[in-house]
Amino acid sequence: MLKHKNLYNVKRDTLNVTPFNFKKMKNIIVILSILWGGLMLAQQTPAGPQSEPMAIEGATAHLGNGEIIENALLIFSEGKLTFVGSANARIARPAKVINAQGKHVYPGIIAPAKSLGLIEINAVRASDDEDEIGEIIPHVRSLIAYNAESQVVESMRPNGVLLGQTTPQGGTVSGTSSIVQFDAWNWEDAAVKVDDGIHLHWPNAFKRGRWWMGEDPAYKPNKDYSDEIEKLKTFMENAVAYNSTQPEENNPAFEAMKGVFNGEQKLFIYADREKEIVDAVVTIKDAGVKHVVLIGGYQSYKVTDFLKKHNVAVLVRRTHSLPEADDDDYDLPYKLPKLLTDAGLLVGLQNEDASNFQTRNLPFYAGQVVGQGMEKEKALQLITGNNAKILGIDDQYGTLEVGKSATLFVSEGDALDMQGNQLNHAFIDGREISLETHQTKLWKRYMGKYNSQK
Amino acid sequence: MKMRLLALAFLLCGTLAFSQDYFPENAGVKSKNNNYMAFTNAKIYVSPSQVINKGTLLIKDGKVVAVGSSVTLPANTVTEDVTGMTIYPSFIDAFTDFGIAKPKRAEGGGRSAQYEASREGFYWNDHIMPENNAVEKFTYDTKSAKKYREAGFGVVNAHIQDGIARGTGVLVALNDMGTAGDRIIEDESGQFFSFDKSITSRQSYPTSLMGSTALMRQVYHDLKWYESGSVDTKDRSLKALAKNKGLPQFFAAGGNGNISRADKIGDQFGINYIILGAGDEYERIESVKKTGAKLIVPVNFPKAYDVSDPFAASYVNIAEMRHWNLAPSNPKILADNSIEFALTTHELSSTSDFGAMLRKAIERGLQKEQALAALTTIPANVLDKSNEIGTLESGKYANFLITSGDVFEKETTIYENWVQGQKHQLADKNIKDIRGEYTLNAGGNSYKMSLTGKLESPSIEIKKDTVKLPSKLSYKNNWINFSFSTDEGSKSYIMTGLVTKGSDALSGKLIMPNGNETTFLASKVDQFSSEKNKNESSEQVAKLMNLTYPNLGYGYKSKPTPKTMLFKNATVWTGFEILENTDVLVKNGKIAKVGKDLNGGGATVIDATGKHLTSGIIDEHSHIAGLSINEAGHNSSAEVRMTDVLDPKDINIYRNLAGGVTTFQLLHGSANPIGGQSAIIKLKWGEDVDGLVFPDMPKFIKFALGENVKQSNWSSYSRFPQTRMGVEQVMVNYFQRAKEYDALKKSGKPYRVDEELETLAEILNGERFISCHSYVQSEINMLMKVAEKFNFRINTFTHILEGYKVADKMKEHGVGGSTFSDWWAYKYEVKDAIPYNAAIMASQGVTVAINSDDREMSRRLNQEAGKTMKYGGVDEIEAWKMVTLNPAKLLHIDNKVGSIEEGKDADLVLWTDYPLSVYAKAEKTIIDGAVYFDKDLDEAQRAAIQKERAELTQMMLDEKAGGAKTQKPVQRKKRHFECNTL
Repeated sequence: MLKHKNLYNVKRDTLNVTPFNFKKMKNIIVILSILWGGLMLAQQTPAGPQSEPMAIEGATAHLGNGEIIENALLIFSEGKLTFVGSANARIARPAKVINAQGKHVYPGIIAPAKSLGLIEINAVRASDDEDEIGEIIPHVRSLIAYNAESQVVESMRPNGVLLGQTTPQGGTVSGTSSIVQFDAWNWEDAAVKVDDGIHLHWPNAFKRGRWWMGEDPAYKPNKDYSDEIEKLKTFMENAVAYNSTQPEENNPAFEAMKGVFNGEQKLFIYADREKEIVDAVVTIKDAGVKHVVLIGGYQSYKVTDFLKKHNVAVLVRRTHSLPEADDDDYDLPYKLPKLLTDAGLLVGLQNEDASNFQTRNLPFYAGQVVGQGMEKEKALQLITGNNAKILGIDDQYGTLEVGKSATLFVSEGDALDMQGNQLNHAFIDGREISLETHQTKLWKRYMGKYNSQK
Repeated sequence: MKMRLLALAFLLCGTLAFSQDYFPENAGVKSKNNNYMAFTNAKIYVSPSQVINKGTLLIKDGKVVAVGSSVTLPANTVTEDVTGMTIYPSFIDAFTDFGIAKPKRAEGGGRSAQYEASREGFYWNDHIMPENNAVEKFTYDTKSAKKYREAGFGVVNAHIQDGIARGTGVLVALNDMGTAGDRIIEDESGQFFSFDKSITSRQSYPTSLMGSTALMRQVYHDLKWYESGSVDTKDRSLKALAKNKGLPQFFAAGGNGNISRADKIGDQFGINYIILGAGDEYERIESVKKTGAKLIVPVNFPKAYDVSDPFAASYVNIAEMRHWNLAPSNPKILADNSIEFALTTHELSSTSDFGAMLRKAIERGLQKEQALAALTTIPANVLDKSNEIGTLESGKYANFLITSGDVFEKETTIYENWVQGQKHQLADKNIKDIRGEYTLNAGGNSYKMSLTGKLESPSIEIKKDTVKLPSKLSYKNNWINFSFSTDEGSKSYIMTGLVTKGSDALSGKLIMPNGNETTFLASKVDQFSSEKNKNESSEQVAKLMNLTYPNLGYGYKSKPTPKTMLFKNATVWTGFEILENTDVLVKNGKIAKVGKDLNGGGATVIDATGKHLTSGIIDEHSHIAGLSINEAGHNSSAEVRMTDVLDPKDINIYRNLAGGVTTFQLLHGSANPIGGQSAIIKLKWGEDVDGLVFPDMPKFIKFALGENVKQSNWSSYSRFPQTRMGVEQVMVNYFQRAKEYDALKKSGKPYRVDEELETLAEILNGERFISCHSYVQSEINMLMKVAEKFNFRINTFTHILEGYKVADKMKEHGVGGSTFSDWWAYKYEVKDAIPYNAAIMASQGVTVAINSDDREMSRRLNQEAGKTMKYGGVDEIEAWKMVTLNPAKLLHIDNKVGSIEEGKDADLVLWTDYPLSVYAKAEKTIIDGAVYFDKDLDEAQRAAIQKERAELTQMMLDEKAGGAKTQKPVQRKKRHFECNTL
């Protein structure tokens, strides 16, 4: 499989040096036109604004804040929840009521730190807009490249993943992300929070040998580690100095950092090992960054007191990943969110290192933690309420509360488990969205073929 | 004995005297020295097992004339009395590159791989170079020779350490005085092989260990064909290989099970290789012993890791730390197991470390006699030169060491290393031993002085009462110069004196701090004792860690064994139905009984109330537990075998057990239209290679279609095929050739054994099954048609992501589908991959399995099966079959595994919850009735790992504190393989 991002990047680099080749060029054009043709027909037509109030009645409502209401009643109007409570409540129902007896209602699941909409097919370079050239490029913005008609994005919805942070990849400072909802005509419609944060990949204290260059593939101390940190420090200091005046000459990179110093934007740092986490948080806090979020945090369970002291939330790596070392517990990735939650940290879940298509498995990443002894409602929080809080969109999204956006879905069963996750309805801002996809259409088309053959 | 030696001596005397040279002499008149040389009163190790306590060694013209406790010396003998000294045969290193220039790495590295050979008139593969002769590339290296002599070596065997077939070696005496004519004892000392390609050629094949193995086999087949005279062209490689057949055959195999791999090749072709190991033989000593091979073993014991930074230390695996702890015991363990081995300096960063390493091995219990044999008689024997070197019996080369004592002791000095009767002095043997305890009188004061350490360069310590004073000493040419200072270094006393043989006291001139000259006297009060010294400085006997199966953190102390077990009151998923409150009895590795209220007799009863018992998960498509995955050097690699590269130490075996997996197919990757032969494995954590292989393993081979075999996603434009059109042609062409090959073979006419075509003929004959990596409908359809044309059926399409588009055709053909639950969008050919694929194929009657192709996903295949319920509404029994009975059917092992039925293998998993749920955890995983994973045992293992890490960390910190050199922390991590990993 070509599915590992980094490996793929390596291969792409070699492609860059390829001299012009007419035959190849022709192939690329052919691929491009096929692809383009495909994309033209891509997503389901976005739903129009909520035209009349609606209610969902009788379901078990999982609020995304740890609470649960059996036999619930939810009413929403003009895209906002106006009632969240028991179906026993004696209040007037709107004309349109979905009877959801025996079913479950959840807030829309939120996917942080993904390049959804920035790349369609990993191996097709022409469909790849996720990684710009340059090591420190905070000014590069994902939102304007977000493909609102991506088939991959579309495939998130039938599993209940309705919002995401579309995020530039690669380099040290990869760029600026934005938060989008997954049912839109274009990126402006899609935007939920524009330029919400900047993404910084912290240097590694250990590095793996480049085996494809004949080096020993073992992890060895990175000689350049302190230099790399120094470079980042210098950048931050200069950004602070730059933003404290009215500069005559514009520096886009420095300017783009303004928001993380004045608190308008969050800084997402990607670090996994104990040492890197501590170095990153201390360096960045010292530089005057207001809101820091840790992404990854493989060894964050070893420094929970430190993270608490510095008020750092963790968007922990997907549970469906392998332990890093031979001697690590086989289930360390499974239980990591629980270890951090139990230590009192604010914890969300992401899968930044996986292929985008995997993001539809977010509910199951959360479900995995339940097997490790976490309560189901807390596990749900990891991908709803907590993710919203960490991304700074909890005023509208992440939980089912009166006044918040009616971004939610109805599932036949337990949405955190594979057999239960069967969506009947999904709403974004009160708009009932289609649950059809490129994939469901193919399914129906071919089943239709076979059924007609009988 | 004495008489015989004497007689022999005279006999030889005669022959030696008549040897005539035939070289002209123009630098003067001929003046040959025909005198004898004798060393008397020495302790002489004639051989490791024959010691003469006070004997004479008589040599002449570079050879030993006589050795014994009473040797009659001819009149023209120069005699040296070496009372108190010891004479050993000098050491032999069979595996070096002494005097051979390092081969140069081939230039270039263009975008496309090189598939053709760079040479003409030789074997078709550049990495096969038996025609190389080390002697042609050999230049005597005086500097390096000196280093070897200092380490005690007198003869080394060198070869060009490059390539798979490396040609012949050259056996060289380290005789600085002689010419090449004297020194080169043998110019074709053996034929050398390895698993490693030459760095001098960029020819792609083989890219993997299994490719090297297959190539070696094919070379021998081709040799046979060539020797039969059936080849019209000249092949200088095969010609040389044939010519060198009578020489000793060496195989530089290395570690990690490679000794067994090399031995297996030898077994097939009737060759007993002398095999180079890597120093990790102790880990798999039973397998090593089973080969019966003679070994050459390095003493490259690792340095301790510098674990003083805990962050960095956390990178080091227990396995690496333990290897540091156990590696020095390797020679002893080999000896204890009666494995014949020679020791080598190979893999040491410096030859001068050899002595220290050897002493470590001896401290760990290697007997000195064994050590001496490993350095003399055994290397002589493997080189087939026992009649010339290795002992000091008369007639052999006069290659010997004169030492101050036991050559394996630290304090011992090698005075002289004689090679071919030529003296190479390392230290002055007439030097007086001044070591000992003294009372020093200097400047009116009395001090305690002790001289310890090496005889020729003692170290000094001077004390005033109990206070140690800074001091220095040099001892050369019988003069000693030493000094010490008092008053914090401000007052220096400098002394010099001539050491005389007659007196034990040291005396001479003293220069006082004020410049006045006077005399000093140091009287010896006690003799130096290395024993005493040793007790003071010698480290504590190291605690040795336990070896585990396999030897890494999560290895078991002993291999799991089958038990009689009774699962009571479980929810049993038989594969056909779900039985509540049911008991399952396991006996003799089989499922003995399924029913209610069973009585197990003496069985261990496991209360399974509220739990689910299923058969073990079977993964049709896995790439774990392999040391390589793709042989990408050719577009067909049918000759390679995954069983050649099994890796029982892959931690992912354990992790998969923790996810309920009991069997998987280790497939070749998807780099080529025709891949390699599969291995089907039971995950018996702790077993070595042979123990992992599924009994009576059905034969499979991996094929592949689409982007990977077309090399679409990286810059490779030179290999056929580049299109799906070309893929068909490759398939048809190979099958046609296999058909013709098989017909020739069956006709009884002579034929060249071709392992690639043999394998393909097995497919045509229905003896081997294809599992074909496939994505889009066109190629799936194509391969079915090709198979039908050749009158066989494809067994399995693996991945088969567009299977749903041709499910009816698949059903008709009779092929199964083994697919992902929900992967797509990673390349263009999976654009139409849909998670409903499994459900649709199943609905049309295709046997469907859910596979992983992923070391992480494979440990959650139960959940992936659960997804088929979400996508397409497969019912729970059918969903469960997709990871158990269906893959068992596809692998032709459903008569043994895949369901819970009486008489089948007891491969079982006890789950905490509904097994298709994301919430379910495996509590116990059982294979053939033995528990290979147990949740409680796992907890205990974690605690043990923490304890062992703490212990080893402390030992390493102590080692560093003791002044030993350390290495930086490193994490050895296996590369993770996927289908397209090259």
